Amino acid sequence: MNQVCNLAPGSVITGKWNQERYTIIKALGQGATGNVYLADCRRGNVALKLSENSMAITSEVNVLKHFSKVQGTLLGPSLLDVDDWKYNSQRLVSFYVMEYVQGKNFLEFTEQRGIEWAGVLTLQLLTNLESLHQAGWIFGDLKPENLIVSGPPPRIRCIDVGGTTQQGRSIKEFTEFFDRGYWGMGNRKAEPAYDLFSVAMIMINAAYPKRFKKSNDRDGQSQLIEKIKQHPFLLKHEDVLEKALTGNYLSAGEMKSDFIHLLSKKTCKGRSASSSYKTKVSKQSGPQPHKPKKTQTQQTRQQVKKKKKKANFFLETVVILIGVCVIYSLYVYHVLL
Amino acid sequence: MIIVLRHGMIEQRENLWRMEHLSRRVSMEKGHLKQILLITDGCSNHGEDPIAMAALAQEQGITVNVIGVLEENVIDQESLQEVEGIAMSGGGVHQIVYAHQLSQTVQHVTRKAMTQTLQGVVNKELQQILGKHTSMEELPPEKRGEVMEVVDELGETTSLEILILVDTSASMKPKLPTVKEALLDLSISLNSRIGDNRFSVSVFPGKKDDVEQVLDWTPRLESLSSIFPKLSTGGITPTGPAIREAIGQFKKKRSLRNLLRNEEEYYDESSM
Repeated sequence: MNQVCNLAPGSVITGKWNQERYTIIKALGQGATGNVYLADCRRGNVALKLSENSMAITSEVNVLKHFSKVQGTLLGPSLLDVDDWKYNSQRLVSFYVMEYVQGKNFLEFTEQRGIEWAGVLTLQLLTNLESLHQAGWIFGDLKPENLIVSGPPPRIRCIDVGGTTQQGRSIKEFTEFFDRGYWGMGNRKAEPAYDLFSVAMIMINAAYPKRFKKSNDRDGQSQLIEKIKQHPFLLKHEDVLEKALTGNYLSAGEMKSDFIHLLSKKTCKGRSASSSYKTKVSKQSGPQPHKPKKTQTQQTRQQVKKKKKKANFFLETVVILIGVCVIYSLYVYHVLL
Repeated sequence: MIIVLRHGMIEQRENLWRMEHLSRRVSMEKGHLKQILLITDGCSNHGEDPIAMAALAQEQGITVNVIGVLEENVIDQESLQEVEGIAMSGGGVHQIVYAHQLSQTVQHVTRKAMTQTLQGVVNKELQQILGKHTSMEELPPEKRGEVMEVVDELGETTSLEILILVDTSASMKPKLPTVKEALLDLSISLNSRIGDNRFSVSVFPGKKDDVEQVLDWTPRLESLSSIFPKLSTGGITPTGPAIREAIGQFKKKRSLRNLLRNEEEYYDESSM
């Protein structure tokens, strides 16, 4: 639609306002609004996005500027320069320059290193999303292609921020598979739950790298739940995924703590946890009564915790009492002898 | 000389960068955005020239956007030209797609057209403040960013009236279920905005006339699901007359609203 000029390696771009020179090394990819190139300049290697649609570029630059104000997050690439370039000495093309984030994309990484990485990377993503949400922004177009794992140590970064939207507005850009509107599971209002739905879909995508289409003869929710049940990795995280898909998390932090709870529970006291999963799964054959069951499991979880705490308390008291008795008896012996 | 220049710049900045002021002016100028979204698969063969009708719409402040739905592996040069021509003279956006990509395209084209129209209005305001020959593209990137925030905000908050014109000539028949899905999807997107939306849907050719309105102005498009399966498809493609009728429907609505407003005033007076 938007005919963007294709630049050959070696082309030189000079900014109209800031006079910075960039030499194109190679094309990195094609976005919805323009082409991204790897380029060389005084600062070293940078990524340069170029488009004839100067408004789209301006919009993205605005978002990147807001990103830089979000404290302590490494979610997006940092913005280095914004400028225009006279192409063929007549047409003005807008571009911006950002940090070049090197690494594999999310799906390549989990396919090579094992699907268990999907869980870890998702946790990192949730941490980043929480600070972004707290700053009043929603990422919008979350998908594996926009996530790069840089490192080592592996850290997740987002490279395309074009869909980032202020909370309360409507999502600017999205991709069907990761969009709750497409699955008939919500609107496109920019709110934390919108991003969390996409996060759950990224996990599902890690398990089904080829993705799948919405079927015409059933509702999206039951189709997604079934897909989760069919895959052992997703089944482990069913609780969290389902809650995220149905919009029951109000913040990324909430989802993250449930996630950690699940992961740590499985690794240390594996048996009881996994057995409770199995019973739950067998119970959940019908798709309707999800919510009450969820609160039930949460309650039992809390009760177990309480019992454990009580036992600990009791043990502590006994130990202290015995200790005091021993010391006293020693003292008595000492005084008597 | 330099001093004069700098003085001028400061003045400009003071005038210009009261963005709130700018945004208020624009929203006063543009109460509602009016759009026609034409979904068609080919050449018109009946009635007026659709490109002329699109120009007529544009003259009256209505943008005409066109989505050309194509068969795979067929490139019909004549259809392409017509689609492009209508959008160009209608001041809108056009895009050619295959049926299965329709959903994302419809919402993308609508959004892009809104931004484009608002940019046009903002540009006009800027020219009044800064003098002729100044458009957003010529501002330094920093300032452009601020103007863009105004455009973004307006796009989110202004009311939108969108009239959807669907070509139901025989060749479109297999694509109609996809068109329906795409329109429902559009309503999810637009109803997630802060601003109000009004939709109206017409099909051409209609049962008796060239054009038939199947859904009157409403904020919700959901009722389409029941209407679409009943649509019959016809032989001719009266694209031009369809656009002409569509313009009329915007007017009809406005006069009705004026009537209501007059009544309200009347009541106010009597209560005093």
